[in-house]
Amino acid sequence: MSQAEQAQVSRSVRNAWYLSTPALLILLVGAVGPLMIVLVYSFLLPGKYGNVEWGFSLDGWRGILFTKDIFDDTLVLADAHLTIFWRSIKLSLLTTVFTFLVGFPTAWFIATRTPKSRPIWLFLITIPFWTNLLIRTYAINEVIRTEGLLNTILMKLGLITTPLQIIYTDVAVFIGMVYVYLPLMVLPLFAAIDRFDMRLLEAGYDLYASRLQVLRRIILPIVKPGLIAGSILVFVPSLGAYVTPRVLGGGKQMMIGNFIELQFGQGRNWPLGAALSMLLLIVVTIALLVYVRYANREDANV
Amino acid sequence: MNAQNAVEARNTVKAFGQGDAQVRALNDVSVEIRKGEFFTLLGPSGCGKTTLLRLIAGFEMPTSGTILLDGQDITYLPPNKRPVNTVFQSYALFPHLTVAQNIAFGLQMLDKPAAEVKSTTEKMLALVKLEAMAGRKTSQLSGGQQQRVALARALAPQPKVLLLDEPLSALDLKLRKEMQIELKRLQTETGITFVFVTHDQEEALTMSDRIGVMSAGKLQQVGTAKDIYTRPVNRFVASFIGETNFLTATTEAGGARLATGDLIEVAGTTPGQRVTVAFRPEQVRLVTAGEAGAIPATITNLVYFGTDTHCHVALNDGTEVVARLQNPSTGDAGLAIGQTLALRFAPGAAQVVED
Ligand SMILES: Nc1ncnc2c1ncn2[C@@H]1O[C@H](COP(=O)(O)OP(=O)(O)OP(=O)(O)O)[C@@H](O)[C@H]1O
Ligand SMILES: [Mg+2]
Repeated sequence: MSQAEQAQVSRSVRNAWYLSTPALLILLVGAVGPLMIVLVYSFLLPGKYGNVEWGFSLDGWRGILFTKDIFDDTLVLADAHLTIFWRSIKLSLLTTVFTFLVGFPTAWFIATRTPKSRPIWLFLITIPFWTNLLIRTYAINEVIRTEGLLNTILMKLGLITTPLQIIYTDVAVFIGMVYVYLPLMVLPLFAAIDRFDMRLLEAGYDLYASRLQVLRRIILPIVKPGLIAGSILVFVPSLGAYVTPRVLGGGKQMMIGNFIELQFGQGRNWPLGAALSMLLLIVVTIALLVYVRYANREDANV
Repeated sequence: MNAQNAVEARNTVKAFGQGDAQVRALNDVSVEIRKGEFFTLLGPSGCGKTTLLRLIAGFEMPTSGTILLDGQDITYLPPNKRPVNTVFQSYALFPHLTVAQNIAFGLQMLDKPAAEVKSTTEKMLALVKLEAMAGRKTSQLSGGQQQRVALARALAPQPKVLLLDEPLSALDLKLRKEMQIELKRLQTETGITFVFVTHDQEEALTMSDRIGVMSAGKLQQVGTAKDIYTRPVNRFVASFIGETNFLTATTEAGGARLATGDLIEVAGTTPGQRVTVAFRPEQVRLVTAGEAGAIPATITNLVYFGTDTHCHVALNDGTEVVARLQNPSTGDAGLAIGQTLALRFAPGAAQVVED
């Protein structure tokens, strides 16, 4: 490379850095900074009325899995915590799978409409985003609560005699999360299906594939980037969900999000809350890495 | 029913749309395609070639009529149940699979044992000379290579019939010529019946055992390249394949009389009818004016084509006729615009065609 070329390259690199300065500053102040504070807090001592006291301690991290026995100060496994973690993971996975099962046909339907009517369908999908999440969640509450719409209709129709107890159960949280996160699955899937060359379907049938084989061997592998993006967009916020389990799960069916909030509120254990937040971040990162790696590996040996 | 037929279409009609907007893409087409032949469907854009191919492949169902494969009625059989494969115009290769995986796809769907899938795939890769590309994704191939993958993929399951919808139209001229030879070689080597669609008459004439000429949803004529070129059944076929002169005439005993009053020798006509007489430019000879039985004409234009010259002449009533003359190896033919001379036909050259 000549000197002039080198100068040119280093100049364009420098310019790129200058141009990204605002974005880098925002990232530093908005994301890295608070994260560092949370990380530091997780290694401090809890204050009496909330907040933290300066002094190094691993109690926050230890508190994720263990609690001190009230009688003899020995550490015992915190079953309640494990139940919350398990519920969070289970509900998030179920939500991801279910939004895919419902979202894929929806996205396919929209992508196969005429170019003229397609924007209308996409518009309908985005309408829920116009309303505050809390209000939408209360609307779901209104539908499924004991004297709610669903039970009233079912009782009027004579299909049930006592109201179904859905509200304040895992099922309620699940229904709420599927409802809230479905568009996040549909939109990336739609983008992927929209790019899919429908002529490949005929090529598949022509080469003796059944409808199911065409779906499994041709459509799904090709729209996989959309599926991966959709799963991430649904799984990550599901795992940290706060409003939905709070409103539909009541106080009892807690998920990690509520549990963390509890530590910063009534629990007055900020280090534990901070450690839990960090744990959530680590789990999500690892899960994503494994998932993306696995998804790409499968791609290679179809 | 003939046991020699690989594919047979009987009175197939395919209509798209409803009511006034209805289009009859195929209007009562019947054709018999023999086992092991290279059959070409030739016709202008929109004449229904693709539609007929799609009916044979099973992507469309006919509005009425029957499609037979090896004597079996397959009209309503889904495409994945028909031992027929297609080479798509767009190739439609699977982008997520490698070249070898594309070729193996059909065999896998047929649940062939893994060893057979492997050996057949290798055989096909060798047949289309793509062994070196086996592990590549199809997006990393040139147009000609993609074309070969599409061919190998469709040939691998050893279909009874291979359908090719303008497979060469996306290639440049040189590659196209190469692939024409390649296709012909593959057809001879595999012995599979090929149904080939094109709107390029030269491609059709040079490659096919038999040609079906289509126009406006109807099959106009089926025959060998020579049949169709020398004995076109109607004006459309005569004008679509090669160049043709048309003259209107009235039949009488011994021939057809032109508006100019000259008599042309044509066979097998009933006297007293208005007919169209067709003849090829190379079947016209130019002779000196005044020769007995020749038709007087005046040269209006001369177009030089290297080996031959197209000589446009006007008859006495103004009708234009083109004659193709081979250029003599020495000097020039001694023709000039405005020169008067006369036309003569080779015996049997002029024939009556339907309009
Ligand atoms: N799905 C369809 N819906 C409506 N009309 C159609 C459809 N498919 C084909 N047609 C019409 O049927 C006629 C024949 O179409 P076809 O595709 O068979 O022509 P083709 O001979 O293959 O032409 P080309 O050489 O341009 O490919 C055309 O007039 C076309 O517009
Ligand atoms: Mg076509």
